[in-house]
Amino acid sequence: MQFPILSVIVFIPIVTAVIILLIPQDRKNEVRVTALAGATFALLLSAWAYFSYDIPVGGYQFLEKYTWLPSLGISYQVGIDGMNAPLVLLTGVVMFTGVLISWGIDDRPREFFAFLFILATGVFGVFVALDLFMLFFFYEIAVFPMYLLIAIWGWKETREYAAMKLTLYLFIGSVIALVGALAMYFVSGMGTFDMLALEGAGFSADFQRLWFPFVFFGFAVLGGIFPFHNWSPDGHVAAPTAVSMFHAGVLMKLGAFAALRVGIMLLPEGAKFHLPWIILLSLVNVVYGAYIAMVQSDFKYVIGFSSVSHMGLVAMGFATLTRNGMIGAGVQMFSHGVMTALFFAVVGMIYDQAHTREIPKLGGFRKVMPVVAIAFIIGGLVSMGMPGFSGFIAEFPIFMGVWASHPLIAIVAAISIVITASYIIRIVGRVFFGNLPEEFEHHVHDVTALDKVALVFLSGILIIVGVYPAVMVPLVESGVDKILALLGGV
Amino acid sequence: MFTGGFDPVNILAILPEISLIVLGLLILGLDLALPEERRGILGWVTAGGLVLIIGLALAISRPGSEPILLWGGMLRHDWLGFAFKIVFLFAAAITALFSMDLFDSGRRGEYFLLLLAATLGMNLMASAADLIMLYLAIETTSIPLYILAGFLTKDDKSTESGFKYFLFGAFTSAVMLYGFSLLYGFGGTTNLYGLSQAFLEGGLSIGAILGSLLLILVGFGFKVSAVPFHFWAPDVYEGSPTPIAGFLSTASKAAGFAVLARVMLAVFPSIAVEWGAIVAALATATMTIGNIIALAQKNIKRLLAYSSIAHAGYALIGIVAISYLGVASTVFYLIAYVITNLLAFGIVALFGRVAGSDDIAAYAGMSRRSPWLALGMMVALLSLSGMPPFGGFVVKFAVFAAAIQAGMVWLAFIGVINSIVALYYYLTILKYVYLYRSEDEDKPLPVSRPYAIGLTVLSLLVILIGTVFAPWFSVASSAAAAIFR
Repeated sequence: MQFPILSVIVFIPIVTAVIILLIPQDRKNEVRVTALAGATFALLLSAWAYFSYDIPVGGYQFLEKYTWLPSLGISYQVGIDGMNAPLVLLTGVVMFTGVLISWGIDDRPREFFAFLFILATGVFGVFVALDLFMLFFFYEIAVFPMYLLIAIWGWKETREYAAMKLTLYLFIGSVIALVGALAMYFVSGMGTFDMLALEGAGFSADFQRLWFPFVFFGFAVLGGIFPFHNWSPDGHVAAPTAVSMFHAGVLMKLGAFAALRVGIMLLPEGAKFHLPWIILLSLVNVVYGAYIAMVQSDFKYVIGFSSVSHMGLVAMGFATLTRNGMIGAGVQMFSHGVMTALFFAVVGMIYDQAHTREIPKLGGFRKVMPVVAIAFIIGGLVSMGMPGFSGFIAEFPIFMGVWASHPLIAIVAAISIVITASYIIRIVGRVFFGNLPEEFEHHVHDVTALDKVALVFLSGILIIVGVYPAVMVPLVESGVDKILALLGGV
Repeated sequence: MFTGGFDPVNILAILPEISLIVLGLLILGLDLALPEERRGILGWVTAGGLVLIIGLALAISRPGSEPILLWGGMLRHDWLGFAFKIVFLFAAAITALFSMDLFDSGRRGEYFLLLLAATLGMNLMASAADLIMLYLAIETTSIPLYILAGFLTKDDKSTESGFKYFLFGAFTSAVMLYGFSLLYGFGGTTNLYGLSQAFLEGGLSIGAILGSLLLILVGFGFKVSAVPFHFWAPDVYEGSPTPIAGFLSTASKAAGFAVLARVMLAVFPSIAVEWGAIVAALATATMTIGNIIALAQKNIKRLLAYSSIAHAGYALIGIVAISYLGVASTVFYLIAYVITNLLAFGIVALFGRVAGSDDIAAYAGMSRRSPWLALGMMVALLSLSGMPPFGGFVVKFAVFAAAIQAGMVWLAFIGVINSIVALYYYLTILKYVYLYRSEDEDKPLPVSRPYAIGLTVLSLLVILIGTVFAPWFSVASSAAAAIFR
């Protein structure tokens, strides 16, 4: 039997969380070092899994299957293919940098890292799950720690409200999808939650058309789809930095990915029937999200709404049901995850020092924290879809796909690129250039070395994928081919 | 009474009950023999004895795969009864541990004796196969519980709660007894399985059977605190000693479900469609009203009372499904629920004693006072709200699955919407525990040994049920098989 790498990746975080909880409360440094060790280990293993995936062979690899509740056909089953391998790597990256950024948390760091790592186990579990029950099991594990993380360590003004709103939204979505999943289980008559088996269940077209919206929207809530996106900017803003990174960087992908895996892949007829109108919702996401981001004066809200806009591109890519669109969406999930993690890290660093996020009050931060400024500019270029950065690799195929299937929508969606450029350039100009206001001159310092490591690491990934797309695109292509086969070669 | 030779299985099957009586007598004797200051060990003896009985039952009294009627048809030795018996014995052991700090002096012997008597009654409820046995078992359970609820005689709230519980209980039990007598009149036998045969052979009007069934439902509804027979629960839980409130909301409720499942499914298959609709309505009302009123609670014991009403509603979903999976899921649900709610009440009992208040607001700063206790509270509340990796998730999944299998998608939707409402108030408590600060947060929160043992065992079990579910589910399936066979 081969080394169960995926299970190890899934369980490292939670084992680390238990170890962290056993450390006495006042030994804060030991807590941080343990957390970093766990995160590094998870990152290395997820990178290993990513790079040793055999693309020519394709399909699900590193498979493991153990029976869990045999009488109901529930098993613990994991594997990765071209769609989820980048997301596993993304989670490793965000977890690692999230720990680096959170080094300064001083209020109950033990509980903070423990909850964060339980969340990470949930996220890894969903990405690698090949069993429907298991997917829900880990999905819920990924949701509830968010409540505590935001409510306890979040921004004092809105944390209680935002944490409750977020948790309830996501829970509603997931339980509605759960009912749909149970309907699939019983209607298939196969007595199994194995998604690979359910792909061949041959559900009737009527059944698929009825249940697709429940399953798709149940998960897409977490992907931030309009009109259920409302929780997301509030949640992003209220969360502490590392949690915002996780939240926008990884959790929103969880929603998009589960909507793809359970909605589109298991109910392809339903997808073909409903996605043509869902693409309109994603268009609202893309353009309206960008517009709202442009008019915000709070730095963090800008980034929060930009996530809504960029996640709209993911949904749009899937909804085109074209090869290009899906490849773009697959890469966009990774690219946006890293980019938004970078953005939130930058926002957090500036807020920690300036104690304000009002864009008009900031200025000149380039002088005191040059690395942060450069990192933000790189992230901004990704966000605008500049060639040479990962955003281009992701967005260009999406627009190609949309153009091929819905030319009018492509034209309207393209407006978002202009709007994005305008708010990114505004922030770069206002926050990083210009004069440093006098009030900040004394107490604003450069960020710590650990913060710089995190920023360099994140920006490096964005550039590598941008200049050498072969590191990711062929992998995603192999995953997309399988989805298209399920859709009957649209 | 006995035809043919005496079969030793008659004794083996009721070995747990016999041991309970022996243990009770031992407690009574020790209470007389020991000097006042050493009677503290009575709690340990009770809890330890109960654990021994569990071991004994698991080793010797396990039923075979074929159910058998014993003692002239009074008891049915099957997995349904056996699974519930283990749950009751366990709940009683935990309650005994949690009750040890309850008294400063005296009256311990009576307390533990009454607890054992109630447990004995529940055990008989779970396996009763005859109307007379059933009624006697229900009363054997209820009367000690009335006294226990009012046990703190110096506390007006406790006496009030005992009295209220007694009045409600006596009333519903009388109505139920009337239903029993009608059943006997219609069916000509008191044996549950004989009755079912008589009804199937027919000739009786549906109206007559349904009428007596409704009267019986009043009694069962009271036991499981289903709406509209739930009014006693919040007042009684609030007033009675907290460990007893925990016992009422777990073991006593589960006992009600054991009887409900057996009587409904074994006696009334001939009118399953009709009572299915009635119980579905009860389940809907119970979940919805329980959860909505819980939102407004300021006292944690009242909140848990309403939440436990709502949980009765979820458990009813499995009964409504009228299927093998349905009964299995209800039994599974109750196993997880009993353990989780015992944990919640255990923490509330401990915290209430130290902090002197059961207000939710008093929980502010708890995670700074005792991180482990706060973690236990989180485990309990998240499990109640149905979050993995705790027991509550998989059992909710099972009951909703049963509803969908039975074609009642609407009921599953009502269930999931209710679990969202419930999540809101559970999270609100966690907000106090983890987020809010208080002036008392430097005061320590000592955890005595019985509590430490009980809470640790319960927390681990909650996680164990939520992660390794196959063994528990197979027990629940065997219990379901005892009915659908």
